This record gives sequence, structure tokens and C-alpha cells, in this order.
Amino acid sequence: MWKTIVRRIILMIPQMFVLSLIIFILAKQMPGDPFTGLITPETDPARIEELRIQAGYYDPWYIQYYNWVINAFQGDFGQSYTYKLAVSSLIGERALNTFWLALLSTILVYVIAIPLGMIAGRKQDTLYDKSITLYSFISYAIPTFVLGLIFLYIFGYRLMWFPTSGTVDVGVEPGTLEYYWNRLYHLILPAMTYAILATTTIIQYLRSEIIDAKTQDYVKTARSKGVPMKKIYRRHIFRNSLLPIAAFLGFTITGLLGGSIFIETIFGFPGMGQLFIHSVTSRDYSVITALVMLYGFLALLGSLLSDIIMSIVDPRIRID
Amino acid sequence: MSFMQIKDLSVHYPIRGGFFNTIVDHVYAVDGVTMEFEKGKTYGLVGESGSGKSTTGKAIIGLEKITSGQIFYEGENVTNQQRKRDSAYNRDIQMIFQDSHSSMNPRKRVLDILAEPIRNFMKLSDQEERKRIKELLAIVGMSEDVLLKYPHEFSGGQKQRLGIARAVACNPKMIIADEPVSALDLSVQAQVLNFMKDIQNEYGLTYLFISHDLGVVKHMCDHISIMYKGRFVETGTRHDIYKNPQHIYTNRLLSAIPNIEPETRNERKIIRQKVEENYQQEQHKYYDEHGKVYPLNSISDTHMVAMSGGM
Amino acid sequence: MNTANDLLTIRNLTTSFRIKDTYHAAVDDVSLSLNKNEVLAIVGESGCGKSTLATTVVGLHNEVNTKVSGDIFYNNQNLAKLNEQQFNNLRGNDIGFIFQDPLSALNPLMRISEQIEEGLIYHTKFTKQQRSERVLELLNHVGIANPKRVARQFPHQLSGGMRQRVMIAIALSCKPAILIADEPTTALDVTIQAQILDLLKTLQTETEAGIILITHDLGVVAEMADRVVVMYAGEVVEEAPVKELFNNPKHPYTRSLLNSIPQTHSENERLEVIQGMVPSLINLPREGCRFSGRIPWIDASSHETKPQLHEIAPGHFVRCTCWKHFHFEGEEGGGTV
Repeated sequence: MWKTIVRRIILMIPQMFVLSLIIFILAKQMPGDPFTGLITPETDPARIEELRIQAGYYDPWYIQYYNWVINAFQGDFGQSYTYKLAVSSLIGERALNTFWLALLSTILVYVIAIPLGMIAGRKQDTLYDKSITLYSFISYAIPTFVLGLIFLYIFGYRLMWFPTSGTVDVGVEPGTLEYYWNRLYHLILPAMTYAILATTTIIQYLRSEIIDAKTQDYVKTARSKGVPMKKIYRRHIFRNSLLPIAAFLGFTITGLLGGSIFIETIFGFPGMGQLFIHSVTSRDYSVITALVMLYGFLALLGSLLSDIIMSIVDPRIRID
Repeated sequence: MSFMQIKDLSVHYPIRGGFFNTIVDHVYAVDGVTMEFEKGKTYGLVGESGSGKSTTGKAIIGLEKITSGQIFYEGENVTNQQRKRDSAYNRDIQMIFQDSHSSMNPRKRVLDILAEPIRNFMKLSDQEERKRIKELLAIVGMSEDVLLKYPHEFSGGQKQRLGIARAVACNPKMIIADEPVSALDLSVQAQVLNFMKDIQNEYGLTYLFISHDLGVVKHMCDHISIMYKGRFVETGTRHDIYKNPQHIYTNRLLSAIPNIEPETRNERKIIRQKVEENYQQEQHKYYDEHGKVYPLNSISDTHMVAMSGGM
Repeated sequence: MNTANDLLTIRNLTTSFRIKDTYHAAVDDVSLSLNKNEVLAIVGESGCGKSTLATTVVGLHNEVNTKVSGDIFYNNQNLAKLNEQQFNNLRGNDIGFIFQDPLSALNPLMRISEQIEEGLIYHTKFTKQQRSERVLELLNHVGIANPKRVARQFPHQLSGGMRQRVMIAIALSCKPAILIADEPTTALDVTIQAQILDLLKTLQTETEAGIILITHDLGVVAEMADRVVVMYAGEVVEEAPVKELFNNPKHPYTRSLLNSIPQTHSENERLEVIQGMVPSLINLPREGCRFSGRIPWIDASSHETKPQLHEIAPGHFVRCTCWKHFHFEGEEGGGTV
């Protein structure tokens, strides 16, 4: 197993290389440069040129790429021009915020989806099943930003149950219990929004897994042993249907990262997603490239995680 | 005499492993099989699951890549060649499958299913094509009103007939039949077997009949090869194999066939257990130190048995 | 209700499935009995109702869209009237079941020991320790050489024959009085089939269980059965002791089936073929002799209007009177009685 994990991680190197090259080239193709935004009628064009030369703007692309990769390996993704901060520390802080948001969202997704999927599958074609399916299709059809705005309006502005932006209220002493509670409090609304939208796949997948498992011969065997139906659901059907769901975890995480771009922007949540949108609009290339690399890396890691989970829970799949 | 020869055919699958996923070993699915086919004869290929009998059939028709060995068809080497779609070999060697249902596109009508090989291999006008399809249906004993039906509208036996009609569409010389009746009920099986014999007599077809059912093989085949772990343990005429089996594996296989004489079942059980006991004790003499079947040695004009040189 | 030697008595059992608002009987008015220490084979082609019969007896049929009538007596209970919980007390405990494909019949994600043990949890008061001892004992009993290792393995790690041995261990775990084996060797190679059949026979002699053997394979019947019931289109068409059935088959369907087995024929001869095919459930002829359509050369007057089972020799029952006049197509007419 360790061998496979190490091999998979090694295999990520060429994948990351290709990704980095594509990102780099795309970034270079984009019009304008970080200095464009600095230009005012008073700016001396010669000064701008000087800055460009200093920053290596006119070096051949492969030298620029080489420098970029070497620095990236040392954790140096350059300087954000808009924030005037090292990209690594800029991302580091926000990545942590996004991580907590993703964690809570994932937990909520599974907490909502698993019971609903189980009920829908077990009570197939009943009113329960139909209502759950209706719910999951509606949530599937609603765009993220629409649901986000509805939630903000209802729970944030009308009912005032939840804060509408930020990660923590100003003036709360860091490190206290109140501080952590306050942070969690800020997470709930965006996490709920994401969770409700992401449950569809898992509900429907689990439902069809259960419906499929119900008709399997081993369920008949269990009945022929005299095992009560309730126990068959627990010991055979749910157990066997939940295993493939476990493997979804890796993909859920990948999906979350994509979703966080919208969620964080709508909820004014200072995470990677919000940073991403901001840096795209302000053409902060060093941040964009670093973020895309990070997203890419996490997506690869997510699929590796899925494979590992699968090999642990399913004895038929062996990786050595 | 023979129009087709298979020489030392092997199909090996690599097993990958290790850190760099390199090839660490091979599965010897088919490992040195030699056969000759004469016109109008039926050749049986018998073995248990995993013996390589199906792989042999698929390798001959080109559905499996041949690792080594040659196939000669009418004097020409046709092994692993990039043949043209309408080459003589592709046209003359056809296959029917155990599960004819999954071998037919569910969204195509009988008309299109039967027309496909005709369009591939014969340059016929639309009218001639229609005529040929009607002939085919007549050969397999089905009426013309099935032409616009879809595969799922037929029973297992009927689908097997359609599979045969498709195989014989372009007047092939040989048909490879991979467990053609295993999924069928007894009475339907009898219909299909009779029918296969009828068209063989009429068109001088050669069959390679692959089956695990020793009863069916005995009924159908002139020449039988018993396969085990990718190799032939014994090959000979029907008489050689059933009346004078020499290899311990053949014996074991034959003794395991249920017989429909309830009177003698206790005696048969005793014999069967003796054979099994004998097999457990003596089998090392019949396989080399790696458990591999020995090369075939002739013991008569028609009969060959896998034995070590000294025996 | 059960006579002295009877283990299981089935009376007028009918199982119907709903297809588009009408119920069609897949098992139609079947009566039979199983004795202690007996192998009763039920033979027929696909769709004859033999598997439906077996699943109805143990209440394993799909309850939605299914109607069951008639009586099934076992141990002074009528199984046809049991609820699910009462059935659960019986299944696995008094009646064991073996399925056709041992790979799909075993849970792929459960260790063998867990799967054998499961029945013991519900039917015995064994401690965990006693249960695992019993698992090893059972594995040993069904001829598995290394029970400790196999107990820890998963189904995919075993060969087909081994899996079916495990299935037999499961079925026998609570020493049932009745064993129902639905095509137990159809998915296996012929040498493995012989081993499994021998094992079943040996175990039966030890436990004196009654076995209902459902199969389409007449060879297996000849090897195993004491008594044979032949089913066609949901009905019993012939019932006889095994030797009588093979030596003196009477019903046209039985005779045709025996004649279509390739190995009974001398080489190269044509096989006897039954015309047409088994009618589907919806198209079953419900009036008159159900086999008449497949032997059209036999005069209609030979058939009974309401074909009954007639006892023509001790223990030998044949449905309808057409057998007296049956001859194979092309042969000279007028069979002898």
C-alpha cells in the first residue's frame, strides 16, 4: 500500500509539471501586466519600463518559467502586487479559513446526505423517496449564488440569525472559547449553502446503491439464514452501499474547492476562493498561478485519497 | 488436406507489479497449441473454466493478440496481421458466442444485424442483399416477419439461431462456436445442435466447438482436444478420447460426468473417487516440476497424449 | 397434517405474479411431499416454476405483486400462513438454502467466518467463542482443508468450488431438517460438481435431512435423487422414483427431455427435438393439456379436458392421458400401456 501511495505521489510530479507549464503560458498570454494598474497620467513611462526590466519581464519565457519554478519549490510564489504581501503568507492565512469551511461543509454534506439517501433507497418509490428525490433535484438545479443570496437575505438580513460576512467578529479575544465559537458561527451559513447544493450526488448515488444491493443474491442468502430484514439492512445493505460513498470523500473535497470560489465571494468570507476572484479581477498573476497550482495539487490529492479509502474499505480492491 | 493450421499458438498476459509497474510475470492463458482443420469436420476444444479454451478461439479469429506462434490459412501466414476489413480470412472464419444477446446491438433490427457482414464482405445490390437476408432466415428456419424486430424480442434459442445466421451470412469456411448452447435449455439445445449439424452437412462447414460439456462435445465432434492450463493434455478422435483416454486429467474429467443411469450411480461414485484419489497421488507424473503439461507425444495416427519423454 | 414419514407436505400450492393487472400462476396447483432422508429432485426447463416453488416454500419470494395460495405443512405448522418473523425463526434453523451462484450469494465485503456465523447468532444461544468454534467445525465438515485460514478470507479469494462448500456450511450451520438446493452445481466445473454432489450426499446420510434439489440437469438428477418430480409450465407432469423415471418415463415431456440429452445417443445421430418452445408465463395455456401444443401430431382426443395426475404404478404419477397414445414425431403411432 505504501508503495502505491509513494508511486502515485511520484506520478504527480509530471502532472504538476504539465499543469504549471500550462498555467504559466496562459498567464503570460493575458493582456496587461501588474504595472498597468499603477499607470497614472503622472507616471513616467521610462520608470515603468525600468520596473519591468527589473522584474524580468523581458527575459525569455523559459528563463522566467525556470525562475518561477525554482522559487515555487522554495515556497516563494513571489509578491502579490495588490496586497503587497508574499503570496505564500497571503495564501497560507486564507487557506486555513477555506480548510475550516471545507471541513464543516463536508461534515454537513455527509450528515445530510447519508440519512436521506438511506431512507430514499430503503423506502423506494414511497412518498419519502419521492420528496427526497424532489429535494435533491431542486438543490441540484439551483445555482450556488442564487441559494447563497437567498440564505443571506433570509437568515442574515431578515432573521439576523447569522453574520453576513467575515470569519470572526472584531474585538473577540483570539484563543478564548468565545473566539472559536464565533468563528464556527461565521462558518455555518456558507457551509450550509454549500452542503445543501452538494448533497444531490451522494443522495442519488447512495439511493441507487441501496436499491441495487437490495436485489443482490447475498441479501437473499441472509434472509435464508433467518436474519430479520432490519438487521439485513444494517449488516449487509447499508454497509455495502456506504463503502463506495466513502470513496466520494476525495472528490467531494475537490468539488468543494471549486464551489468555494462562489460561496466565499457571496458570503464575504476571506478564503482562497475569494482571493482567487480578487486576484483575477486585479490581474495579480503571481497569486493566480500559485492558487491554480494549489487547486491542481489538491485535486490530485483528492483522487489519491479516494483510491486509498476504496482500497481500505473494499477487500476486493488491493493496492500493494 | 487441411486448409488451416495453427502452430504453437501462445497468448500470454503480462502481470504487472513492483514499484515501477513493470512486467513481473505472465499468465500463460494459451501456451503452445497446435491444431489442423479439415473441411467439413468438427473439432472439439474441451476444458474447465480458466483452461484457455475460449482464449484459443478468440486468438484464432483475431480477438486476442497472439504472443507467439503462427496461423496459416490456405498456405498464407495470417498471424496478427493488419488485415483488410474485407480480407478472405476475416470473411471465411466466423464466430458464434455463448451469449448471443450481448453480441447483438440492442438498437439494431434483425435486418441490420444480418446485413452487416454482407455489407462488409459482399458487394451486393440492395435487392440482392435483401434476397440473401431472406435466404439466411430460411436457413435458420425463421420467417421473414422477424426482419424488423429487435434482439430482445427473441428467446434464447432464437437469438442463437440469429447468431448463426449472421455467422454464415458470407459463406464462411469455418465457424468458431464458443459455448454455443451452454445458456440454453435442454430441448432448445437439442434444436440448435441439430441445426448446426444440418448446415454443416449442407455447406461443408468446419466447426471449432468450444465447450465444457463433454456430452455435447461427444455428440458433435469428430476430433477432440482436452485443454488444461493453456495446453493440450490429450487430443484424438472421439473414440480415442472417450474409449481409450490416456492422460490422468482426461480420465478425471470423464469420470466426473453425470450419467443418466441411476442404477449404476453407486458404482460410478466408487470409480470416481478412485480416479480422484489416483489423480491426487499420481498427477505429479503427468506434469513437470513447474506443474506444466508435458508436450504431446503420438501414441497412434490420431491420438496424442502429453507425457514426459520417458513414459 | 404430516403423515408419519413426511417432513414437508405441499398441498395445492399456487404462486401467481402480477403482470399488468392480472395474476399469472407460475406454480399452478402443485402438491408434493418430502420424506426424511430423501432427495427429491424437481426438474424442468427455465420458466417451469421450479425455482418459484422453492422460494415460495421458504417465503423468500418477492412479496409485492405476488399471490400465494395452498398449504405447506412442516412440523404441524402451515408455512403458507406464516408471517415474516415466524419465517425467520424457521429459515436457516429448520430449512437451509443453497443457491446457484456462490459468488453472488456471498456478501463480497464480509469475511467467511462472519457469514457462516450469522445464522448461529439468530438461532442459537452460542457465545462468540462457541460460534467461531462451530464455524471452524463446519468448514472442516464440508471438506475445507484449512478452515482457520478460509474463515478469515473474503469470498473473492476462494475458488468456485470452495465458495459452494462455504454456502453448504452456511446452509447446514443449524442442522436443518430440510435443505433446499437450487441448481447447486450449475455454475461449477464438472469435476467440482462431482465433488459437491458427493459432499451433499455424504452430509445428508449423516444428518438424515430431506433435500429438495432443484435442477435442469437430468444427469445430476440421476446421480442424486431418490424421487423425481418433473414440472412443465407450472404444473407437475410426472412424479416417480428415480429408477422408474429414467427406465420407464411416461409423460411425453419427460420422454422428449430424456431424448434430447446428447450423451444418451449413439454418436452422430440426430437429437430428438421438442417442437416449439416453453410458453411464457403470460401465454401459458390454462385449459386442457399444457403440453398438447408441442406434440400436435398426437390426436386431440388423446388428451384429457382437465388433465389430472394418475397413479399408474406405486409412486408413479403422470398427468393427462396423452402418454398412452404418445409416439415421437415420425415414429409409428400408438404407444403401449
